[in-house]
Amino acid sequence: MTGQGRLAAWGIGLAALVALPFVYRDPYHLHILVLILIWSFAYTSWSMMGRFGLVSLGHGGFMGIGAYVTALLWNHLGLSPWIGIPVSMVAAGTLALIVGYPCFRFRITGHYFVLVTLALSGIVLQVITATRDYTGGSLGYTPNRASGNKLLALQFDDKTSWYLIALAVWLIGIVVWHLIDRSMSRYALEAISEDEDAAAAAGVNVTAEKLKITMISALMTALAGAIYCQYQMFITPDTVSGIAVSLQMVFAAIVGGLFVSLGPTVGAVITILLAETLRIGFGTKAVGWDNLVYGVLLVLFIIFLPKGILGSLLDRLKPQRKVPRAHEQKAVQIARPGT
Amino acid sequence: MQAVLDIFDIYLLEAVINGILLGGVLALLALGLNLIFGVIDVTWICYAELVMIGMYAMYFMVQYYGFSYFIAAPLTILLVAILGALLHYLVIAPLLTAPPINQLLATGGVLFVLQSFATVAFGIDFRNLGIRLPVLAFGDMNFSYARLLSFLAALVGMVAVYLFMTRTFTGTAIRAISQDRQIMALMGVDTKRIYLITSAIGGGLAGLAACLLVLQYDVHPFVGLSFGPITFLICVLGGLGNFIGGFIAAFVFAEIISLGGLFSDLEWGYVLAFAFFIVMMFIRPAGLLARRR
Repeated sequence: MTGQGRLAAWGIGLAALVALPFVYRDPYHLHILVLILIWSFAYTSWSMMGRFGLVSLGHGGFMGIGAYVTALLWNHLGLSPWIGIPVSMVAAGTLALIVGYPCFRFRITGHYFVLVTLALSGIVLQVITATRDYTGGSLGYTPNRASGNKLLALQFDDKTSWYLIALAVWLIGIVVWHLIDRSMSRYALEAISEDEDAAAAAGVNVTAEKLKITMISALMTALAGAIYCQYQMFITPDTVSGIAVSLQMVFAAIVGGLFVSLGPTVGAVITILLAETLRIGFGTKAVGWDNLVYGVLLVLFIIFLPKGILGSLLDRLKPQRKVPRAHEQKAVQIARPGT
Repeated sequence: MQAVLDIFDIYLLEAVINGILLGGVLALLALGLNLIFGVIDVTWICYAELVMIGMYAMYFMVQYYGFSYFIAAPLTILLVAILGALLHYLVIAPLLTAPPINQLLATGGVLFVLQSFATVAFGIDFRNLGIRLPVLAFGDMNFSYARLLSFLAALVGMVAVYLFMTRTFTGTAIRAISQDRQIMALMGVDTKRIYLITSAIGGGLAGLAACLLVLQYDVHPFVGLSFGPITFLICVLGGLGNFIGGFIAAFVFAEIISLGGLFSDLEWGYVLAFAFFIVMMFIRPAGLLARRR
């Protein structure tokens, strides 16, 4: 596809997405679409780090901070989410900086990085639960209904407004993904993910590059948490923070495809549709079945299709594509053990 | 003033001793995981879920089928050992040459599977064994008998694993493989078999932990999440595959949780422990006992 053709395809697709809520008004289906868009944005934020081998299980923590800080500022100080969301993003970014800088400075990679970030999301979950006088603990938390201006409180009753907001946020995520994809940072980070010492020797500032992508990823994840909280108007520690949420992000991004921009979105579509279908098909009997299917799929995907559904599909469509980059090649080899 | 201090000291002493006993439980949990870490170099994120399945096995055997505790325990250990071997055979073996992150994520998938399997099969009710061991009163301090028991079991388990690793041929082969994977195959050791045995032993230790934990805690599908993360952190803090380090780290963690819980809520104890872990990672990335680079 030529550059112009691709741009046209994006334009038409986007126009169709914007027009959708004005043509089709079924509230339940719009609700599912909003959820898909918000979670797609969160998964895209995760994949920005994940695609460069920085597997973080701390994103549940950033998302929780985004949701809870925004809601707490609104309820206790009456601060509008328009101020609360940037504040919560700054809070998540600060935390990412505090944990990220020493991590990258002291070359904590692989297993160790995963486990440090795991501890991070554990801390956030425990702090939210422990400060139950303010956050309601594990029973959950509801932002107060706005009495005055709905726009100031960022609370809307109709699904169409929320659909458009979620679409805009999702689009920001995709645009940022493409900006990074075209920047020098991408080459630097790819070099780092293959060999840190060699990259450093070639003049890449390893710590700064990693820190930059971590900050971007954390800020966006916090935004996703805040938007989710404003939309659902009810959050519990387990739905927006903790290890389960982190693993959910990893899972969706990998199933959809880690190395393509729409991969995490495809992952969100698959996981949310699967959960909803099971919920409607089996009712309360389905409790747990969705995760059972997720788990089996995750294992199968990592063994047989590590580039994800969309990634593998795109490869299939263009077999004469340029030689895969080394870290993707490594992933391809897993698909065919023995080669 | 003096009276206040006396009470404070008693509580402090009780917290310290309870911390040591909690450390025993954690050390037992970390033991099996450390073995897998050290030998196969794979992180079983789902380790705590194996323990959870073991706890359910104990519950059903004792409550439903009326087995005595001492018959159910070996059966549980055997069952979880088989599960461990299966996990290795089905999930880890195809991924042995893959990047470590993929292995970790695949076991993350197994975590989902086991957790939701328990939800689907057993429901989300809290269940307990119905065996309540007496509380040991010593002076003015109270200790849980069950914790004392798991502390002793952890010690016995440690010694047994140590003897197995140093005195038997298989144990020696396991230690050798953890030093060099490629060479041992050339020395006539069947690497695949050793990995399978190691996984089974790791699973068996998870089963042993399950038998003891079920005496203290209720079983529910998400019980693994409450002590899973802390188990990994202990292994990493002690240095992956370093048994002595893991043992010490378990007690350090347990004391932090116990003393933190004394001054405030239990959750703050956990927060302190996690924060301590992150700080220690920066100071001693290779574990407590490692020499500084």
